[in-house]
Amino acid sequence: MIPELGHFALVLACVLAGLQAFLPGWGTQRGNPTWMRSASSLALGQGLLVLLAYLALTWAFIEHDFSVRYVANNSNTELPLAYRISGVWGGHEGSLLLWSLVLSGWTVAVVALSRRLPMLFRARVLAVLGFVSLGFLAFMLATSNPFDRLIPAAMQGRDLNPLLQDPGLVIHPPMLYMGYVGFAVAFAFAIAALWGGQLHAAWARWTRPWVTAAWMFLTLGIGLGSWWAYHELGWGGWWFWDPVENASFMPWLVGTALIHSLAVTEKRNTFKRWTVLLALLAFSLSLLGTFLVRSGVLVSVHAFANDPARGVYILGFLALVVGGGLILYAIRAHRIESPGHFELLSRETLLLFNNVFLLIAAFAILLGTLYPLIVDVLGLPSMSVGPPYFNLVFLPLMLPLLFLAAVGPVSRWKKTRARELLRRLQVPLVLALAIGTAVPWAAFGSTSALVLAGTMLGVWCISGPLVALWRQFSRMRRGTSAGYSLRHLPRHMVGMTCAHAGLGVIALGIAFTTAFSMERELVMNEGDSVAFAEHEFVFRGVQEVDGPNYRAQQGHLSVYRDGEPIVDLHPEKRTYLVQSSPMTEAAIYSTVWRDVYAALGVVQPGGGWGVRLYVKPFIQWLWGGALLMAFGGLLALSDRRYRYRRKRRRT
Amino acid sequence: MKRATAWSFCLLFAGSTCLAVDEAADERYRNLLYELRCLVCQNQSLADSDAELAGDLRRRVQDLIDQGMSDEEIIAHLQARYGDFILYRPPLAWRTAALWAGPFVLLALTAWLLLRRIRRGHARASGSLSDVERKRLKDVLKRGSD
Amino acid sequence: MIRGWLAVAVFAGLVAMLAFGLTRDPSRVSSPLIGLPVPAFQAERLASADEHFDSTALRGEWSLLNVWASWCTTCLEEHELLMRLSQQLALYGINHRDTRDEARNWLQVYGNPYRASAFDEHGEVGIELGVYKVPETFLLDPDGVIRYKHVGALDEEAYQEQILARIREGRP
Repeated sequence: MIPELGHFALVLACVLAGLQAFLPGWGTQRGNPTWMRSASSLALGQGLLVLLAYLALTWAFIEHDFSVRYVANNSNTELPLAYRISGVWGGHEGSLLLWSLVLSGWTVAVVALSRRLPMLFRARVLAVLGFVSLGFLAFMLATSNPFDRLIPAAMQGRDLNPLLQDPGLVIHPPMLYMGYVGFAVAFAFAIAALWGGQLHAAWARWTRPWVTAAWMFLTLGIGLGSWWAYHELGWGGWWFWDPVENASFMPWLVGTALIHSLAVTEKRNTFKRWTVLLALLAFSLSLLGTFLVRSGVLVSVHAFANDPARGVYILGFLALVVGGGLILYAIRAHRIESPGHFELLSRETLLLFNNVFLLIAAFAILLGTLYPLIVDVLGLPSMSVGPPYFNLVFLPLMLPLLFLAAVGPVSRWKKTRARELLRRLQVPLVLALAIGTAVPWAAFGSTSALVLAGTMLGVWCISGPLVALWRQFSRMRRGTSAGYSLRHLPRHMVGMTCAHAGLGVIALGIAFTTAFSMERELVMNEGDSVAFAEHEFVFRGVQEVDGPNYRAQQGHLSVYRDGEPIVDLHPEKRTYLVQSSPMTEAAIYSTVWRDVYAALGVVQPGGGWGVRLYVKPFIQWLWGGALLMAFGGLLALSDRRYRYRRKRRRT
Repeated sequence: MKRATAWSFCLLFAGSTCLAVDEAADERYRNLLYELRCLVCQNQSLADSDAELAGDLRRRVQDLIDQGMSDEEIIAHLQARYGDFILYRPPLAWRTAALWAGPFVLLALTAWLLLRRIRRGHARASGSLSDVERKRLKDVLKRGSD
Repeated sequence: MIRGWLAVAVFAGLVAMLAFGLTRDPSRVSSPLIGLPVPAFQAERLASADEHFDSTALRGEWSLLNVWASWCTTCLEEHELLMRLSQQLALYGINHRDTRDEARNWLQVYGNPYRASAFDEHGEVGIELGVYKVPETFLLDPDGVIRYKHVGALDEEAYQEQILARIREGRP
């Protein structure tokens, strides 16, 4: 009964989404305020119904309702509660429902937080969001209904994919979707502006917080995904350039470019057309990612089970939404004036080049991801584009970006002098040169060019924005106390500093971990020991342990550093009872400076166990940096500009 | 840096026995495997894959190293049998020209276009007058001469 | 607005390519061996370790070289067709990563369509042929040149359209 209610709620939500897509838009054409105003209530109603459907599916998971096909395929009576709740988005249908739920969430947020927007504009924004929602709800109902019944009901479920039974994956998809889908809001704002044929200065200010919020979630989502891959795949890697990873990384790069170009548009009232195009592009890439992951045009480890009908539908929808948006842009963009002039050496130019590098990087990833397909279309022999390509092409595009990340914040709008830049960057320059050469050499005895460049740019990228912040702080301090100025530093500036510093931290992490990671793969018998990278590992044997829905062979390794015991690791080889697939559960001891990582292989024919050991310096800095970036986004969101307006409105 | 006895890297997870090899060869072997794609799982390198074919191919790579082949020769050997697909690093050839050069050509092109445009915009803003201004200037001058 | 229409055009091209992509199987790998003489290899015969299977002997007539194994369930799907084809075509087998006993037993139970099978215990021959997914079937012309490779179970349609068509074309 409850699944039927969920299904019914979904159908109703779809109807409301349809009304939301057409009524308000029609209203703006006809000048009918009632129709325009209907958008809010329709969006709220739709949000409630999708939530209801989502809860219904969750209930079916919790209660083991195996008469629902989707539940039977993705759950099991032995599955722990936490994974039953997260199992809702463990497959194609449920994750699509999560997509819709997140989109409804963003739409309701727009309704609640954008009351000050002009009625016409607001109606158009909500109409576009309604249209996107309609597309996905109709897609779900037509091809991927999560409430489909299984008759007769299964006695037992087929269990959640063991790869997904990991705490990292409980939060990773919701974060990722919050990011992906969040760009829909920026998309809607851009379409609404083009629709009206005008884009005034306030547009950028309205759009900015939405983009920052979506970007923040996407940053967290990608970071979590990388962290999960590191833990769960058992190869010690943290980024594989898999098509699915690329699908999330492309919108992130474009979203980052959008954040920067929005800053120019808000402050200087220029780059307008470009910003609008980026807003269209960010969400287009989200949709493209959805297509790549769910259609089966590319081979990927993480892709969902595929069905050609789904691919056709998403592609059609993609063509409609993105194609429509681009055509509207082509027709209307010339109406948008971009005044404002700037000199060659100015913050505008620097930000423009930030955009260029980010977009070319996104383009390179798109090209690499789709090239095997292009080759196939041309009838050439099959080929692969893998990590060596991406690393090689990505690096030269990222190094200048890191360089710019310190120069931009200390530069001036309109016109900045080279001498002035140089003076302000003295400290970062000295720090970068000193630390960049000293640390790799002292800590690892290495002077490889890449490590040097990575360390220098990392330090540069952290210290440059800090100098800009310090200047602001000194300026403010002249009139007031230090504490007061510290508290009242502009949040968007502190946020920017955090985000750039986060990037620097990631650069340091990547430089050290790729250059100095050590790995050993060997056969160990009880009592065997091996020493490398200043650590000694003693193998204490393997024992059987039982988990809730799996059986595991658990290895035991004692790790010593300088003769002192530091940790006992228990890597596992799990066999999940239902899907009987073997899973490698790595054991990791993390510190700020290095991770010690152990994975258990299989029993060797001649006796002993296969063991993989890694010592990975600085690897946690990657995720630390990502967190710092996301935190920067959060700080920027709390900027007074956004709060102030609301407060004033209330009084 | 101290190293423990070097062991052949891969065969363990496929369940085969291991051979002790010298360090440089071990390093080469490892780097090669990360450049090669497993054709069965298709999204893992030969180093990471547990598939039987990956095990066979790892043994082949090891054999070829032992026979004294260079990295290029080994890659050519596998490419002749499995095609470009097995190479994670696409070879430099006409069919991959757009792939390798595309991003950088585009970068150069955009940078050039943008710089030109910024220069021009700047020139227009600082150096020249708008039509209205020009007309007014003309009027002022005319009146002055009258 | 040239830039805008340019974006529309690029996007249209992208969609067309993705639409084409939907009709293809991305996991299928084309073989670089097509158009080349079958790689020279020697292996033991499945029937007896003393006899040799020599790939260079596969000439003089059109022949099929089929990679199979007793553990391969997909091989059963094409077996009936292979049995039928063995009446009309020279059909050779490569028994891939198998044990002699199990392979012979399998042929006894399901029937032996092969004139001879090479015994490729460790997959060495498989690598020479670029095999990645058993079963695979190679079509060799009378000069011993590989004309076509089929990955997965061979079916009537593939036989008619890919194999028979090539044989007919090749005949003067």
